[in-house]
Amino acid sequence: MAPNTVLRMEHIGKSYYGTQVLKDINIAVKPGEIHGIVGENGAGKSTLMNILFGMSVIHSTGGYEGSLYIDGTSASITSPQDAMALGIGMVHQEFMLLPNYTLTENIKLNREVLKPNPISRVFGDNLKSLDFATMNRDARSALDRLHINIEEYAQVAGLPVGYMQFTEIARELDKKNLKVLVFDEPTAVLAESEADHLLNAMKEIAASGIAILFITHRLGEIVEICDHITVLRDGTHVVTKPKTETDVFELAELMVGSQMEAADQSSRDTSQRAKLLEMRNLVVHMPGERVRGVDLDVYDGEILGLGGLAGQGKIGIANGLMGLFPTTGDALFNGTPIALNNPKASMAQGFAYVSEDRRGVGLLLDSSIELNIAFSAVQNQEQFIRRWGPFTQLDSGSIRNHALQYIKDLDIRCTGPTQLVRRLSGGNQQKVCIARALTMNPKVLLVSEPTRGIDVGAKRIVLDALRRLNQELGMTIIMTSSELGELRSICDRIAIVTDGRIAGILKPNDSDVNFGLLMSGQQASKGA
Amino acid sequence: MNSTLKDFIGSMGIARLIIFAFFVFLCAAAVFLRLDLAELLTSSLARIGMWGVLVLAMLPAIVSGTGPNFGVSLGILCGLVGGLTSLEIAYRLQESVVMGPGFLFSLAILIALPFAVLAGFGYGWLLNRVKGSEMMIATYVGFSVVSIMKLAWLFLPYSSPEMAWPIGRGVRVQISLANRGITRILNDFLSFRIGDVIVPTGLLLFFALCCFLMYLFLRSKSGAAMYAAGDNPRFAEAAGVNVNAQRIFGTILSTFLGAVGILVYAQSYGFMQLYEGPMFMPFVAVAAVLIGGASVKKATITHVVIGTALFLGIQVIAVPVANAFTADWSSMGEISRKIIQNGVILYALTQAGGD
Repeated sequence: MAPNTVLRMEHIGKSYYGTQVLKDINIAVKPGEIHGIVGENGAGKSTLMNILFGMSVIHSTGGYEGSLYIDGTSASITSPQDAMALGIGMVHQEFMLLPNYTLTENIKLNREVLKPNPISRVFGDNLKSLDFATMNRDARSALDRLHINIEEYAQVAGLPVGYMQFTEIARELDKKNLKVLVFDEPTAVLAESEADHLLNAMKEIAASGIAILFITHRLGEIVEICDHITVLRDGTHVVTKPKTETDVFELAELMVGSQMEAADQSSRDTSQRAKLLEMRNLVVHMPGERVRGVDLDVYDGEILGLGGLAGQGKIGIANGLMGLFPTTGDALFNGTPIALNNPKASMAQGFAYVSEDRRGVGLLLDSSIELNIAFSAVQNQEQFIRRWGPFTQLDSGSIRNHALQYIKDLDIRCTGPTQLVRRLSGGNQQKVCIARALTMNPKVLLVSEPTRGIDVGAKRIVLDALRRLNQELGMTIIMTSSELGELRSICDRIAIVTDGRIAGILKPNDSDVNFGLLMSGQQASKGA
Repeated sequence: MNSTLKDFIGSMGIARLIIFAFFVFLCAAAVFLRLDLAELLTSSLARIGMWGVLVLAMLPAIVSGTGPNFGVSLGILCGLVGGLTSLEIAYRLQESVVMGPGFLFSLAILIALPFAVLAGFGYGWLLNRVKGSEMMIATYVGFSVVSIMKLAWLFLPYSSPEMAWPIGRGVRVQISLANRGITRILNDFLSFRIGDVIVPTGLLLFFALCCFLMYLFLRSKSGAAMYAAGDNPRFAEAAGVNVNAQRIFGTILSTFLGAVGILVYAQSYGFMQLYEGPMFMPFVAVAAVLIGGASVKKATITHVVIGTALFLGIQVIAVPVANAFTADWSSMGEISRKIIQNGVILYALTQAGGD
């Protein structure tokens, strides 16, 4: 064992309700080292950090396996307070700052420097005055270490995001016992010049003897500043390598891994077909999944996959096309423009949508299966309705028959068409969502995360159903998924979305390296 | 056995069980105290019919997602304006056209309709701006509008002697409907007796008709859209439903039912009550629908019917029972009514954020 490790994690494992999400992770960090951790979404990065910080989500679900050593002595961290006392600091992805406080106040929050006054001598420490002179001096020195020349008495509100990020870092630096500092995707919100500045600052912090854990999916940054790099995939520790022994390409391949599922369908070359849908500079303001300008063509009768890491904007594209979030840009369907920001118009054009947020957007949980299936068609196409002038009544007979048909076709496991959707399992709920979309007889089916949170068997049925629709009815399908393997198993082409734009379009049988590179914002290597 | 009991309690809700037990206790007490049961039942039936439509007014508001309509006083005021205007028209045209009571009652509803649509539209627009705190805003909309109308009653140009103060300006606090024969026009329609119990057939039929129309509406395309908008706005939006428009429509419907409701109430009571009259009426309707098993997010016609029967049944029986117990403390009935009414509202509101 290296004698001078500041942080050692040995055989760390964690399972939630019987599902193993982390297995046998070993990481050792020396003082002054920058240690990169890379992995796809769901690889276990955040679970690992939650363990390091003693977050309650870990301890309320049965704790973790393995052991943690700080400075060579075994440590038990059961709360964030323990972590801080042991000298572990974290720069959060979302800023935890009070906007109406000054930089100094934010940096010193809850660790204020106090000085006695006459009242406090009588009534106790809680009434001591704040020693602003000392606090400002401390804050100044922390900010100076980061080369931030903004006044420490400025308010946080209104600062550019870059400065907020540095304020967070300054707060951690100001903690005198700081030994390990974790950066969780710190460059995600920064502009390029700010990101460079941050990377330089990280190097200087490391040079002062503090160990850094750097979590990111930007492989370029990792290779630039890290001393060692750990790759996680599906909760397992793939490898830890010194920077000198690896490069971006190898990391990309390791990160994606070989996730190829049995592709029963060789991808077809669809690029000779007619363009069904053209998107030009599509911008969707969906919080957390912002699309910043997508140009993409969809060919008639193909299955197009949209892949990429979470938060990069892949989810936003379908939501934008369906008019669910404010959208600008152009989208042409068969050459005619689609009225954006209007779900009704999108559906009238022949789009139907299966939302990634099944329980939030996809279903009326406290209504029957049959009403859920019929609802969109009732509202938009006057199906299942009897009409007398302005008066309408739902035609319960045809709604029932229709539901029974889909229960059979999609194998929805239920007690009957009147069962409440809330009582169905995730996979069967997903089938109800798909049935609702299909009831509209769409020309283009947009499916987002169709297999999220459903079991393997149901996954297979859902994917097979999509493929069958495509082959038998010629339906064009745009499928958004975080699971690359799933996209590769049924799509003809896969567009990888990174930073709100199309990073590149790949064939399902392209190499893992290329997928990994596109997902981490690098250019794909030709002929790799 | 034990678990079925638990399921039963779970589905009923503990509050509803307590209220129901209290109702049973009151009935038993009434029998034990040898009160006039026929009279109690008669007046219970009448009160149920009187309040039914006002309680039903809660349904479209809850279904469309704006929660129990604490501001239904807005609709009540529209109904009163309709009622006063129809009486005024009858007075001015006295010489030329003779209007029957049935016609006047229908005319009042007809006149109230445009007012209810306009007021409901503005009120619904307001509620769309304050999503999340509709109930509190609604309560204060109710209070403010009642107060503004107190002023308006003094200045509106109603001149019929049955309404106006003999001297000075404005309309009276209570306006009798007896002169025009409108009093109990619904109650007495096809009314019959079973023993000493009088059944106000027309009144109950009218309530049933309103419920049936509401049932048909909820089964229409528009009703399904409104239900979805209230149950899951994001789902509804994604399915092409204009959620804000549905909420406004629900508010208009609720306001209009409030207007019809007060006219039904007034014909049974025999008077239209202005000024303070409408101030606290919404709370009775809210309490009734909540006792019936509705929550601030879900309500059905069954909830309306059960709630009206239970809550107004208690109101009627509690007063004489309390009086019998405490002979010289005659406001006991009123106090117990208030405790139940506000307690139920309080309970239901604490449940609102629970899921």
